[in-house]
Amino acid sequence: MTWETVIGLEVHAQLATKSKLFSGSATAYGAPPNTQACSVDLGLPGVLPVLNEEAVYMACKFGLSINANVALRSVFARKNYFYPDLPKGYQISQYELPVVERGNLLIELEDYEKVIGITRAHLEEDAGKSLHEDFQGLTGIDLNRAGTPLLEIVSEPDMRSAKEAIAYMKKLHSLVRYLGICDGNMQEGSFRCDANVSVRPKGQETLGTRAELKNLNSFRFVERAINYEVDRQISILESGGTVLQETRLYDADKNETRSMRSKEEANDYRYFPDPDLLPLIIEPDFLQEVKSHLPELPNDKKQRFINDYGLSAYDASVLTASRELADYFEETVQTSSSDAKLCANWVMGDLSASLNKYNLEITQAPISAAHLAGILRRITDNTISGKIAKQVFELMWDGAGNADEIIEKQGLKQVTDTSLIEKIIDDVIANNPTQLADYRSDKDKLFGFFVGQVMKLSKGKANPAQVNELLKKKLS
Amino acid sequence: MHKKTLLELSQTLRKREISSVELTRYFLSRIERYDSQLNSFITITPELALQQAQLADDSYKAGTADLLTGIPLAHKDIFCTLGVKTSCGSKMLDNFIAPYNATVVEKCQAAGMVMLGKTNMDEFAMGSSNETSYYGAVKNPWDTAAVPGGSSGGSAAAVAAGIAPIATGTDTGGSIRQPAALCGLTGLKPTYGTVSRYGMIAFASSLDQGGPIAKTAEDAALLLNVMTGFDQRDSTSLDRPTEDYTAHLQRDIKGLKIGLPKEYFGEGLDHEVAKVLEAAIKELEQAGASLHEIHLPNTHLAVPVYYIIAPAECSSNLSRYDGVRFGYRCENPKDLIDMYKRSRGEAFGAEVKRRIMIGTYALSAGYYDAYYLKAQQLRRLISNDFQQAFQQVDVILGPTSPSVAFNLGEKANDPVTMYLSDIYTIATNLAGIPALSIPAGFVNQRPVGLQLLGNYFSEARLLNIAHQYQQRTDWHQQKPQGFA
Repeated sequence: MTWETVIGLEVHAQLATKSKLFSGSATAYGAPPNTQACSVDLGLPGVLPVLNEEAVYMACKFGLSINANVALRSVFARKNYFYPDLPKGYQISQYELPVVERGNLLIELEDYEKVIGITRAHLEEDAGKSLHEDFQGLTGIDLNRAGTPLLEIVSEPDMRSAKEAIAYMKKLHSLVRYLGICDGNMQEGSFRCDANVSVRPKGQETLGTRAELKNLNSFRFVERAINYEVDRQISILESGGTVLQETRLYDADKNETRSMRSKEEANDYRYFPDPDLLPLIIEPDFLQEVKSHLPELPNDKKQRFINDYGLSAYDASVLTASRELADYFEETVQTSSSDAKLCANWVMGDLSASLNKYNLEITQAPISAAHLAGILRRITDNTISGKIAKQVFELMWDGAGNADEIIEKQGLKQVTDTSLIEKIIDDVIANNPTQLADYRSDKDKLFGFFVGQVMKLSKGKANPAQVNELLKKKLS
Repeated sequence: MHKKTLLELSQTLRKREISSVELTRYFLSRIERYDSQLNSFITITPELALQQAQLADDSYKAGTADLLTGIPLAHKDIFCTLGVKTSCGSKMLDNFIAPYNATVVEKCQAAGMVMLGKTNMDEFAMGSSNETSYYGAVKNPWDTAAVPGGSSGGSAAAVAAGIAPIATGTDTGGSIRQPAALCGLTGLKPTYGTVSRYGMIAFASSLDQGGPIAKTAEDAALLLNVMTGFDQRDSTSLDRPTEDYTAHLQRDIKGLKIGLPKEYFGEGLDHEVAKVLEAAIKELEQAGASLHEIHLPNTHLAVPVYYIIAPAECSSNLSRYDGVRFGYRCENPKDLIDMYKRSRGEAFGAEVKRRIMIGTYALSAGYYDAYYLKAQQLRRLISNDFQQAFQQVDVILGPTSPSVAFNLGEKANDPVTMYLSDIYTIATNLAGIPALSIPAGFVNQRPVGLQLLGNYFSEARLLNIAHQYQQRTDWHQQKPQGFA
């Protein structure tokens, strides 16, 4: 039997607000335990929540960017359960009426595109952290994270493979960073994902029983966990068993998922509207304000790159994958006044290769866009050849200074003096009589050899176009 | 001195006939002398009180004193007080020293008032007799065999006995008005959202509202002036212009249309209490008010609706008492679940547990629609009843409680009878409208309360009517014996 995989993702994006969703405490990562938890975060008797407007602004931004309906009235509810790092004994979330409903996101794979539905996105507060290691049989509680604003983004079960799930997650990751609403840092937990995975015989309409996979804190883990889970479910079904609806934890070390709790053990969260908070009413003016300040979105940017810079769809796609990369590219084009295609080739070629090699993000590149533009400017005005430019790039990467300084110091300036080039050509011809004879009997074959010799003697600095032109004349 | 109204005390202080420190000492000594009979205080704060009194005297010297500067008051132990135990009447918070002041406490302090201490109350404000307090029952100064009412029973008993000039209370289903009635006082529950709930320990968030418990309507208006105001720390606080609740006290009430709901004078109301009310109604009629029979057809739903919504909210509000961060924690817990179970099991009293159980059940999957959602829908009907009534009449008059104070222990083991004693006070909380109780007479030497209900933001009007009634009667000036 052939099986079809069905995947829906729940992504928690931590909103990049300065303060918490319902209190004034800071949200910065990594502070000493419990130094960023005020009386509201601690759930002291008598305290009350007050909604952070910036978080609402960010949720609206997200809603508008995925073509969703931003609800003008949404409701905060309490999700009740006991856990030591949940100070109030309930989490304030949105349940029946979320702030964002019914959106979609276009994902691109190698040879096709697909629209993934987004059921809803709602605002909720994060819990604190339980620390089990350092306290010898006791548990420490750090409430710095308690109350941090999250946007939970729930997709439709529209994905049919781990690859599609990854493509969706990466697209979402790029989008929230584009919007400036989440730093996307997966190690720090700012962007987390749970996956609902089921399988069904191909052609069957009804969905199979799903498992919810938790603890998927990298793109790689998402892919591995899904693939593991799909294999597990198929082998259960093929051996005549039934898949249980349950929550499963992904263990990255063992690369397996294991049961956390079954449906029967699931909490009854006793959701009800939080009486401490009035319904969230978003005025149309507020939404208009958000709309007018919406940054250019990835797809619009990609289209503009194609139209304005004459890039191929593929190049435009690669360069708009993150806002930072797109910004880097545009700055390079603008400061170098060079051909956009040349800029694209350098950003996607040498620069990206070096970043990959050293495992760096574009924001950590040792060569700034302005410095790279300096190299490209000198290629465009024929000061250096493309080949020399690579040398300059290497030196620049190692911190040797700006393009002009490197060219000057290393004497890499291109030779354009015709007489100088002619003299080299004459030497090469004189030194290679055999090749000359061969060339003259079978023209095209050895032209490259002579170019190579001339370039070698000029230490790569002779202007290649001039070399070509003069050589042709001299050899004929 | 303890018979003086706030304005009289204010004048005495202003004339420097007495200093705030002296006045404070006077009330502290009355507490010391009489409270062993009443048990109305959980915590007395003499040092803090004398410090605050000294500051008040300083501001009189500097000429910066406000109207209520230097006047002592007592806070219900539901309001968080910085550095002072805030128990909410529960073993759970017996060790809880609040690290901040409730907005109400802050405002009273800013007005220069002096806190004498924290008054006894039903545990987490759940009760109508003050018998559910971890700190023991409070006794009614009019008859120490009787309950003072609840949940603000300590505040009411303290003011009635003249051991505090005035006190704060909170009212979720009648917890200011009913003890005021049973102790012969004036108690007002304001419109929901008028008094900040920040720092007021939550019982049922959508119903809780703070207010004054006072000897007179004028005193209540003066303290209400201090307690109210928008608070950005409470999302349910209303952003309205401030009001002077004393401004209209002197207006006559000619032409006032008083509605008498048929449902409030029927079965269940003690006959003697009804007679007292009839006399009071005549008095108001003589003052120029007209009487109109009205209907509040959904009155019978108020108690059942309340006993779904209030427990539902409390079951969630009280989840934070888990032994993890503050409050009571059981000895030697075996594991996490054991800690939760025993901490909560050992520290909550029976009534609190009962309501948590009811609320948890009402919110459970499969029951939510039938109970909580239904109750919210009915709540709207109850609210609509009032809106319709207020199209015909200015205010509604009824009893505060079906009977005078009952004896200690009389209803303690019968929760439903106890719940029914709140039948006339509960609907106002469900609707969010203001209501007050004023003394209107006695049955068997125990005070009878008369309740006035008004539309949203009609506090000034209600206080005006109450004041006019108190100008014509002296029920509010009667004092219980034995607290001279």
